[in-house]
Amino acid sequence: MIGYLLRRLLGAIPLLLGILTLIFFVMHLAPGDPTDRIFSNPNVSPEVIEQMRRNLGLDQPIHVQYGRWLWSFVRGDFGYSFGQMRPINEILPTVLWNTLQLTLISLVVIFVLGMLIGIIQAVRQYSVADNVLTFLALFFYSMPSFWFALMLILIFSLRAGQEGWFVQFPASGMTSIDYEYMGAGGRFMDRVRHLFLPAVALGVGSAAGVARYMRGAMLEVIHQDFIRTARAKGLSERTVIFKHALRNALIPIITLLGLYLPFLLSGAVLVETIFAWPGMGRTIVEAILARDYPLVMATSFVIAAIVVLGNLLSDVLYAVVDPRIRNE
Amino acid sequence: MVRASPDVESVPPEPMPSAAPEGGAPARAGGAAWTRIVTLVLAWGFLFSVVYLSWAKIRGIPGMRRVGVDIWLSLATLVVLFGALLWWTWQSVSARHLARRRARGDSQWAIAARHFKKNRLAMAGLAVMILLYVVTLVTPLIAPYDPAAQGDIITSRYLGPSAEHLMGTDKFGRDIFSRVLYGARISLSIGFVAVGISMTLGTLIGALAGYFGGWVDSVLMRFTDMMLAFPRLVLLIVVIAVFENQSIWLVVVVLGLTGWMGTSRIVRGEVLSLREREFVQAARALGMGDWRIIVRHVIPNTMAPVIVSATLGIGLTILTEASLSFLGLGVQPPTPSWGNMVSDGRDALTQAWWIATFPGLAIVLTVVAFNLLGDGLRDALDPRLRT
Repeated sequence: MIGYLLRRLLGAIPLLLGILTLIFFVMHLAPGDPTDRIFSNPNVSPEVIEQMRRNLGLDQPIHVQYGRWLWSFVRGDFGYSFGQMRPINEILPTVLWNTLQLTLISLVVIFVLGMLIGIIQAVRQYSVADNVLTFLALFFYSMPSFWFALMLILIFSLRAGQEGWFVQFPASGMTSIDYEYMGAGGRFMDRVRHLFLPAVALGVGSAAGVARYMRGAMLEVIHQDFIRTARAKGLSERTVIFKHALRNALIPIITLLGLYLPFLLSGAVLVETIFAWPGMGRTIVEAILARDYPLVMATSFVIAAIVVLGNLLSDVLYAVVDPRIRNE
Repeated sequence: MVRASPDVESVPPEPMPSAAPEGGAPARAGGAAWTRIVTLVLAWGFLFSVVYLSWAKIRGIPGMRRVGVDIWLSLATLVVLFGALLWWTWQSVSARHLARRRARGDSQWAIAARHFKKNRLAMAGLAVMILLYVVTLVTPLIAPYDPAAQGDIITSRYLGPSAEHLMGTDKFGRDIFSRVLYGARISLSIGFVAVGISMTLGTLIGALAGYFGGWVDSVLMRFTDMMLAFPRLVLLIVVIAVFENQSIWLVVVVLGLTGWMGTSRIVRGEVLSLREREFVQAARALGMGDWRIIVRHVIPNTMAPVIVSATLGIGLTILTEASLSFLGLGVQPPTPSWGNMVSDGRDALTQAWWIATFPGLAIVLTVVAFNLLGDGLRDALDPRLRT
């Protein structure tokens, strides 16, 4: 197993290097550079811009820039953000942690909600509930996450605020203004309240996808002989469904765990922008628009690494839960 | 194409007309006739309501000095639609056609079509899709206002939905309903063209990798893995943001170039098994070149999963385009697109909920239709899923 893991991790290196090289050249070969955006003011003299470009190393030919970037990247130094004017190693941990909070919570939402719905549908196949849930799942699955996020804000922040409903959620940010003056319990509740809408907006579409898979997987298992045996020997329906059927239906679902990470990271770009959530998605969009090359490279690397790790995780989990499969 | 063995599938679903006694037709055949009649009535109703809605504009045409290509295209669509409906009606009522249809053989596609027709949700998806494409073609005739015409800044901005403005107006007093109709053109064309590009690319890459194997396979598949290892939206933003002037064509091409990976994997898997089949070996024994075998014998047999992923892909592409436009990187503002309309509505969410809501609903409707259609096609085209 350890040998397999090592081989997979080594195999991921050219993959990551390839995608980073692609992004590096796409960004650098395009016309314009970061100093255009910073010094678009006509009163700044060309000498200052020239000096700035020399300081940032932008006057070098592109292969030299690539070599320099690669060398410092290999040593674990992501460089210096042009836009925020601070070292990227300072920026990255905070935004990464913020995004992970959001994505991990919505991963939980996705799987708990999706699996529950899928089980209900499979147990009551072709019933009214099944048809309604199938259609609802399709509806949420086809919904653009940014639009859903706006509708959530419209209903649970604006409407709820105007009408004074019991449930109200803040529309942006991670914490309230008076966060510093709250007690420990109040701080926790404040964070949960801020997390709720973004996590739902990010998760519901994918939860609908999981529900579709779960329904299929459960149906496949439920019609097998060992389930009939379990029923025949007089086990309660609950034991049959949740112990015998669910455990076997989980095998294909677990692989989804890793595969949903890229979806979530894509979705996080939009959801973080709408909810003003200071995470990776927002950082990368702002960095790209400001031509902040080093920050784009660093965040791209982190995202690609998370995706590769997610794929690896799903393969490993697959082998762990299903003894018939051995990754050797 | 492999002919189906004469199993349960190839038994005609309805008894031959000569065998069915008058008045004593089985309930099943009666049901089929009823659905056909209802669909026909609905289709005629749709056509007449389009004509009714656009009557003022059609009557105004002889008086107009210069009529745009758009209007002529819409008129041509109406005429073609009229002809097609007439033909369909004739086919449905004339006994000769019905008899001929039953006598026809069972190709793979005919079996799939029969399964598809039984799936009501998928048929609904197909109907919505056809409706959407027809509406995009006749938009200039039925749109009540010019999508770019700005109203009076004081009296007609932020008007709520009413009989005059079905979906209200935005901050420049433009009619949202007309903009949603014109936005459908943009979104559907982008979806169609981009998916065309990515399906061609994906099929080609998958077929080459699967057919030749060896180093070609490993190079192409490593490249596919690399593209898959990165969230598509982020890649799209990186590529589109670096270009200074963002035209629709840029968005289409970039969407097409980043959407082929799933297809190429599916096609490669199919080709790996196809290349060992007897008919490919026979073609090789006849001395055909690799290229000809791939294009004439291998690729046609991979079309079923490609069609499914193309249908699902159009829905996904429309969603992605909307996301890009929402971020301000897709279709640029004066041109209406569903994504940038939602983005406009975001700024005015507190005072005018309708601006963001209706274009979003249009996206949901379209994507639901394509997903229903794609699922139905998958069920119909994959023999293992037929029940």
